[in-house]
Amino acid sequence: MKQDISLSCPVPHAPERTVTLAHGSGGRLMHKLIADIFLKAFDDPALHEAHDGARLEPCPDRLAFTTDSFVVRPMFFPGGDIGSLAVHGTCNDLAMCGAQPMYLSCGFIIEEGLCLDALEAAAKSMAAAAAEVGARIVTGDTKVVERGKGDGIYINTAGVGRIVALNPVSPQRVRPGHAVIVSGDVGAHGAAILSVREGLAFETGLKSDAGHLWPAVRELLEADVDVACLRDLTRGGLATTLNEIAAKASCCISIDEEKVPVRREVEGACEMFGLDPLYMACEGRLAAFVPPDHADRALAALKAAGCAPVVVGSVNDRPAGEVRLKTRIGVERVLDMLSGEQLPRIC
Amino acid sequence: MKYLDEYRDRRSAQRYAKLIKALVKKPWTVMEVCGGQTHAIVRFGIDQMLPPQLSLVHGPGCPVCVTPIELIDRAIAVSRRPEVVFCSFGDMLRVPGSRGSLLEARAQGADIRVVYSPLDAVAVAQQLPERQVVFFAVGFETTAPMTAMAARQARSLGLPNFSLLVAHVLVPPAMEAILSSPSNKVQGFLAAGHVCTVAGFADYEPLARKYQVPMVVTGFEPLDIFQGLAMLVRQLERGTCAVQNQYSRSARAEGNQAAIALVREVFEPCARQWRGIGPIPQSGLRLRQAYSSLDAEKRFQVEGVKASEPKECLAGEVLRGLRKPRQCPAFGTLCTPDNPLGAPMVSSEGACAAYHRYHR
Repeated sequence: MKQDISLSCPVPHAPERTVTLAHGSGGRLMHKLIADIFLKAFDDPALHEAHDGARLEPCPDRLAFTTDSFVVRPMFFPGGDIGSLAVHGTCNDLAMCGAQPMYLSCGFIIEEGLCLDALEAAAKSMAAAAAEVGARIVTGDTKVVERGKGDGIYINTAGVGRIVALNPVSPQRVRPGHAVIVSGDVGAHGAAILSVREGLAFETGLKSDAGHLWPAVRELLEADVDVACLRDLTRGGLATTLNEIAAKASCCISIDEEKVPVRREVEGACEMFGLDPLYMACEGRLAAFVPPDHADRALAALKAAGCAPVVVGSVNDRPAGEVRLKTRIGVERVLDMLSGEQLPRIC
Repeated sequence: MKYLDEYRDRRSAQRYAKLIKALVKKPWTVMEVCGGQTHAIVRFGIDQMLPPQLSLVHGPGCPVCVTPIELIDRAIAVSRRPEVVFCSFGDMLRVPGSRGSLLEARAQGADIRVVYSPLDAVAVAQQLPERQVVFFAVGFETTAPMTAMAARQARSLGLPNFSLLVAHVLVPPAMEAILSSPSNKVQGFLAAGHVCTVAGFADYEPLARKYQVPMVVTGFEPLDIFQGLAMLVRQLERGTCAVQNQYSRSARAEGNQAAIALVREVFEPCARQWRGIGPIPQSGLRLRQAYSSLDAEKRFQVEGVKASEPKECLAGEVLRGLRKPRQCPAFGTLCTPDNPLGAPMVSSEGACAAYHRYHR
């Protein structure tokens, strides 16, 4: 029997839109990736120049400069994604120096096999987050690592900001008597990530608090609040941040647990897993230290920026370097920094 | 938040503190058995609101703390095998064995994964048929039903690559070991509300009678603990030794019958070594014959691994209520949460860790 032999090429299998090692090789695919995804999303004249670096406009003010790297699982979570987080995080660090975010760089380390649509979505949300605060993404870099050598995607952003605050905003300026203000409810970012984490998923309407803090800082500065220190409450939450400041400022920070705003859903999630909301991460909340006679003005300014601020405590001189917590039932105790990550309880 | 704020109300707590002060006439030493209660007591500062005559000592109710060092070493030995995926509750990872912890083994390349339920480990075994998946089954009567369910599921799914490293322990035998010790100081117990919710508290009556100590099954919120203490002090002052139930919104004398039946189907009581305390008869659970093929200690032949405790750690005396964490010379110096000598400094339910975190 005669066998039918086809000499034509089989129809090629439609390639899945994923990042391959070739996308990091410096060749045509890499240029296509940059043009199709990053240039399209960020669309900045400095990037279109395709130079080795960005040449920036001169600025008469002092500058703030910071960098941060972002790793988050899952890549997309309720209320944000790794792209928006990478912009919010670095811009917020600038804002904490009393600086308006101006320029950002972004470095992508991408694991081979990452879906291109996901990368594009993250780049678009970076662009949207940068536009929201008026910052420009002016330079960047892409590397691709072999499958298994990364965690989907890592993003590093560095940022330059123009310092607007007249007095230095720094822990060294924190003094006994200062009021401690938080700009809103704490722990929602940590709880939202927890709710979608592999092996732990639970149903909730909870969203991350991730967002820009510059608008809040701008309001504070425009209202002539003498802001001694600002700090965004990221990893380790309010408790860790206050410990860092207390140590740096050599003073004691006392807060009242009852006054710290925590959303019901966050409190519920924390109770379920045996976690303390005071240590849960936020990505769009700050603690402000202001002289007592500026506290009311600070609260009004933060409210004008759309925050729900609360005075949670005050600064004392002793015991230096310590944070004291008045518990729900009215007893005072130390509020320490944790040794490592908070772990869900066994039973 | 509803069902939470009511139990943490500042004014009610102050009223209870006043009531307890009025009730206490003589000095008393009482033990809260469960590490979760110890944690709540120091987290909220309940102990600081009590009269000085009422002394709280912290019991052995922390599953991480009482798991013998030998079992930690065996867990590490199993986890280092290339074919093994070792699944554990997160709290166990930092507990020091005689040479390092599971966390260190993971950093050196062991495939160790944190799970939140033994059923997650069963799912891993289904997903990775070419690997051996071992679950480190620690905990009291509260977690044993989950392990039993995992064992039953693994058997009905016919999973040849799933096994259990069993370290389950039972509370009443440990309470009896404390009461029968010649150095015992405990005059009354706050019994662990969640353990009693699962296992009931019928077993406590004979203990209370035999050793003439009152017991109050107690919950975990500040007002639960205050109320439990008030009930206990009232009994102590009157000289009665009944078993009372403060945690009636959750615990029943007969317990959760379905959970008890499941545990009985899979496990049988056995003698068990408690870290820092020693062997206690009938205080552990081991797999019954029908489930013995799931025994990881046999499957990976680690029964020969032996180890002993570091001498500087006085965890045993802390766990039996003979010493407070701060009375240990290593507390806060040689032994800290960053560099723990013993398990009570590691676990969120451990008394030493609770003191270090909240009580300085």
